[in-house]
Amino acid sequence: MAHAFFGGVHPNDMKAATNEKAIEQLAAPAQVVIPMSMHIGAPCKPIVAVGDKVKIGQRIGEPGGFVSAPIHASVSGTVKAVEPRPSSMGGTVMSVVIDNDFENTVSEEVKPAADPENLTSEELVEIVKNAGIVGQGGATFPTHVKISSGLGKVDYVIINAAECEPYITGDHRACLERPDQVILGATLLAKCFGVDKVYIGIEANKQNAADVLNAKIKELNAPVQVVVLHTRYPQGAEKQLVQAVSGRQVPSGKLPADAGCCIFNLNTTCAIYRAVYTGMPVVNKIVTVSGSGVIEPKNVECPIGTPITALFDACGGLKEETYKLIMGGPMMGLAQHSFDVTVGKGTGAMLAFAGDEEKYEAEPQCIRCGKCVGVCPIRLEPIFMYKYLMKGNYEAFRDQLHGMDCIECGACTYTCPARLPLTHAFRLGKQQVNNARMAAQAKAAAEKAAAEKKEA
Amino acid sequence: MTDYKNLKLIASSSPHIRSNENTRSIMLDVIIALLPALAWAIYSFGFKALLTTVISVVACVFWEWAYRKVMKKNQMIGDLSAVVTGMLLALTCTANLPWWMLVIGGFFAIVVVKQLYGGIGCNFLNPALGGRAILVASYAGLMGNYSLPKAKLDVVVSTATPMQIMKEGTVEQWEILTSNYSVGDMFLGNIGGAMGEVSALALLLGGAYLIIRKVISWHIPVAYIGTVLVLSLVAAPAGIDAVQYMLYSVFGGGLMLGAIFMATDYATSPVTKPGQLIYGIGCGLLTVFIRRFGSFPEGVCYSILIMNCTTWLLDKYIRPTIYGAVKKEKKEAAK
Repeated sequence: MAHAFFGGVHPNDMKAATNEKAIEQLAAPAQVVIPMSMHIGAPCKPIVAVGDKVKIGQRIGEPGGFVSAPIHASVSGTVKAVEPRPSSMGGTVMSVVIDNDFENTVSEEVKPAADPENLTSEELVEIVKNAGIVGQGGATFPTHVKISSGLGKVDYVIINAAECEPYITGDHRACLERPDQVILGATLLAKCFGVDKVYIGIEANKQNAADVLNAKIKELNAPVQVVVLHTRYPQGAEKQLVQAVSGRQVPSGKLPADAGCCIFNLNTTCAIYRAVYTGMPVVNKIVTVSGSGVIEPKNVECPIGTPITALFDACGGLKEETYKLIMGGPMMGLAQHSFDVTVGKGTGAMLAFAGDEEKYEAEPQCIRCGKCVGVCPIRLEPIFMYKYLMKGNYEAFRDQLHGMDCIECGACTYTCPARLPLTHAFRLGKQQVNNARMAAQAKAAAEKAAAEKKEA
Repeated sequence: MTDYKNLKLIASSSPHIRSNENTRSIMLDVIIALLPALAWAIYSFGFKALLTTVISVVACVFWEWAYRKVMKKNQMIGDLSAVVTGMLLALTCTANLPWWMLVIGGFFAIVVVKQLYGGIGCNFLNPALGGRAILVASYAGLMGNYSLPKAKLDVVVSTATPMQIMKEGTVEQWEILTSNYSVGDMFLGNIGGAMGEVSALALLLGGAYLIIRKVISWHIPVAYIGTVLVLSLVAAPAGIDAVQYMLYSVFGGGLMLGAIFMATDYATSPVTKPGQLIYGIGCGLLTVFIRRFGSFPEGVCYSILIMNCTTWLLDKYIRPTIYGAVKKEKKEAAK
C-alpha cells in the first residue's frame, strides 16, 4: 500500500451519478468561443482575423512567452469575431469566435510523429509545446515547461488519476474506455525522463479502472505501475500525491521537481499520446456535467470553446431551483456568475447545485474544536491563521503560521462545524501578503533608482 | 429547454460543499453521550437528580438568552452549548442541591466565564467547572451534602464518599472503604458523590460514543486517565494494595467525568494532538497531587481549571511541523 498524506477529509464522492456512464460525444455546437488564455502564464495573441476560414487543429493563438501554450481551432468554420468575451476566471478575456461549418475539415498541420517509439526528450517537448498541452486537472500549467524544467532532476514520474474531487468522473471513464492512450502516454513520459517506471496514482474508489489499466500494462508490457491510494480528499493535490506515492515531501515554497518528482494529470497524459500518435493538438475536453441541478448527469466530450449552455442542454437542462454553477469540482472549482462562459482546457467538470449543498452561516463563531488543524494536508493551523487575519496581523499569518504554504484545498472549510469562511479568508490574506511584498519591491526599486539618479 | 437567463446564481468562494456536522450536532452528540450518566444518576439518587439537572439546564439557557438579549447580540441558544453546560454543571454537583444554587452556578458559568469573554469558543475556563468552583468556594457545606446511592441505603451508615474516605489514607479507613464498596461498586456507580460522576461505566459508554462520532479524540482522556492510573500505582500509601488503590482512584471521584467531558472541552483545551497529550498528562499529575497532598479529597475540578489556563501556552509553543518544512540550518546555508 502507498504512503499516506497528512490530514484530509472524506466528502461524499457523489460519483455514482456518472461513473457508469460512457463518455458521450457532444453534437458539435454551432459556434465556439475560444479564450486566448486557458493556461497559467502569458495569454496568446490571436493570429486569425474576422472572415478567415479555419480548420480543426489549426493554430489560432500564438504563445505570448515561454510560459504559455498555443491555442488551436476546435471546429472548422469561419472566424466570426475576435473580441473580449466573459471569462470563467471573472472579467473578460480576448477570444476567437468561430462559426461551425459542420464540415469537420482537419488542418494539414495535424500529422503524427514520424517515429513515435524513438522520440528524443527534446522532440517530445517540442511536440507537447506545439500541441498546446497544459495541466488539464485544472491548474493549466503549460506541460512543455513542466517537462523541460524537470528533465535531469526527476526520478519519479507520477500520473495523477486520483480524481479526488467529488462528482468528477472524466478521468475514471478515460481509464476504463481509453486505457491504451493512458499507458502509451505514460510510456512516452517514461522514455522522455529516462525512468524505469511511471506510477499512476488512483484512488481506491476506482478499483475497476485500476484493474483495466493493469491488464493493459500487462498486455503492452509497459514500464508503468498502478498505485491504489486511499480515497481521501485532497489525494490528487500535487504535494499530497507526491507524498502518497513516493513518500517524499516537496520543500516549502518549492516545486515537485525539487523533490525529484513530476506529476501529470491523466487527461494531460492522454493529450500527449494524441499529440504524438495522431498529431492532434488539444481541441477536445472531457467534462463531467453533474450536480443536483442537472436533470441527467453525464460525461461529455466536447470541442474547446463549447458554450456551457450546450453542455447542460445535452444533459436535459437545469432545474429551476439551480442557484450555483461551478466550473471544476465542488472543493476548488470556480463559481460562475453567468452562463456566457465556455469550456476551456482546464474544465474538468460543470456542476449545477439546486439542493442544500451550500450551508451558509450568517454569523459564524469559531468553537475552537481544532478539526481544521487535524484535516490540513499541509499541517497548518487554519484556526489561528483565521484569527490573526481577522485582526489584520498579516506578519503572524505569513511567518509564525506559514500561511503562504496554504494550498487552498478547502478541507478546513469543508470540515468546520461553525462554518467559518476559512479558505476564503486565506485567499484574501495571501493576496494581501503578495500585494505588500510587491509594493515593497516597487518602493525599493524606486528608491534605488532615485539614489542612482542623485549620484549621477 | 431551460431558460438560463432566469436562473439566479450565487458566486461565492470555494469550497462549495460543507460537512453536515455543525456546532449544534456536536452539542447534541455530547448531550446524548451524557444520557447514560444522567440515567444512572436518576436510578441511583432518585427523581431529584432529574429535577436538579432540568433546573440547571433551564438556568443556563436563560442566562445565555438574557445576557445576549441585554447586550443586543444575536441569539445563539440554538447551538445547544448552554444545554451542555447546564447538564455538566448539575452532574458535577450533589443531587441534594437547593434550586437557587444552580441558578447562581449557571449565572457564573454562562455569564461570567463564557459570555463576558465573547461567548462560545472564547472562554478560557470550562464554564461548568467554573460554575462549580464558585459554588464550592461559596457553599462548601451544601456542595458536600452527598447522599448514599440506592444500592447502599440499607448497607452503609456513613454518607462519606469513597474519595473522602481515601483522603484519610490510613489502613483502617481503607478497610472500611473496601468492605463497604467493592471494585464492582466503584465501576458500576454504587457509591456516593456528585450525581454524574459516580458511574465509570456510564461515562465510559458516553466517551466511546463521542470518540466513535469523532466529537472528541482519544488523546486527552487517555493521557489524563493513564497518568492517574500510573501515578496511583506508584504513589499508593504504605500498607495498601497498589492495584486496588489504583482501581479505586481511577473509578472513584470525578476522574471519568472530568477526563471525558470536561478536559476535552474544545474552547479550553489545546488544538494540536501533542498539545492535548501534554495537557492530559498535566491534568493527571495535578489530580493525583491534589488528592494525595492537597487539602481537598478530590482534585479533578481544579486540575482541569489550572490546565485550562495553560492552553494558550501549549497552543503557542506546540505547533505542528508543516509539510515540506525546510530546516533552519539548510535555509541559512542556502543564503
